[in-house]
Amino acid sequence: MIKADIVSKVQKVTGLSKQRAQEVVELTFESLKEAFRQDEKVELRGFGIFKIKERKKGVGRNLKTGELVPIKGGKMVKFKSSSRFNKG
Amino acid sequence: MTKSDIVEMLSKNSSIPKKQAEMIVNTVFASITEALEENEKVEIRGFGTFKVKQRKPHNARNPKTGDKVFVEEKKIPYFKPGKELKEFINNI
Repeated sequence: MIKADIVSKVQKVTGLSKQRAQEVVELTFESLKEAFRQDEKVELRGFGIFKIKERKKGVGRNLKTGELVPIKGGKMVKFKSSSRFNKG
Repeated sequence: MTKSDIVEMLSKNSSIPKKQAEMIVNTVFASITEALEENEKVEIRGFGTFKVKQRKPHNARNPKTGDKVFVEEKKIPYFKPGKELKEFINNI
């Protein structure tokens, strides 16, 4: 399934035009992204929780050559599915 | 942030009534759920991919009591953030 399939479902349920449905689906994911950027967790009942996890900076090694490589660190989005979901 | 905050943001950004915005948000996540229930992968460009992984049956322990427990095989939904999303949250 890709975004276009979600768009057509939204179109069916709401009766919006295809273009408009595309816009609102895009905006839905944009809202989530905006929350992530502000390090906010997003909790969607019955679906799951998205959390931002900080990754540490550090030094790693290329296992093949033994060279030292820097690990940049940064943030990552983690998803934990709702327990209701798991059973389903 | 909860679903109602997402609904509010969507309603504001798209100038769509809140009720309809709620319907849209529900439909988006319900359709992802449905696809995953049928073991279908859901790929959302610019965001990420949802996939179902099969976990094998295994023996585990109750961390509280130390008792051995058998865990049946089960399916777990996974989310892998896309490159664009990773760059977005890291302000790259």
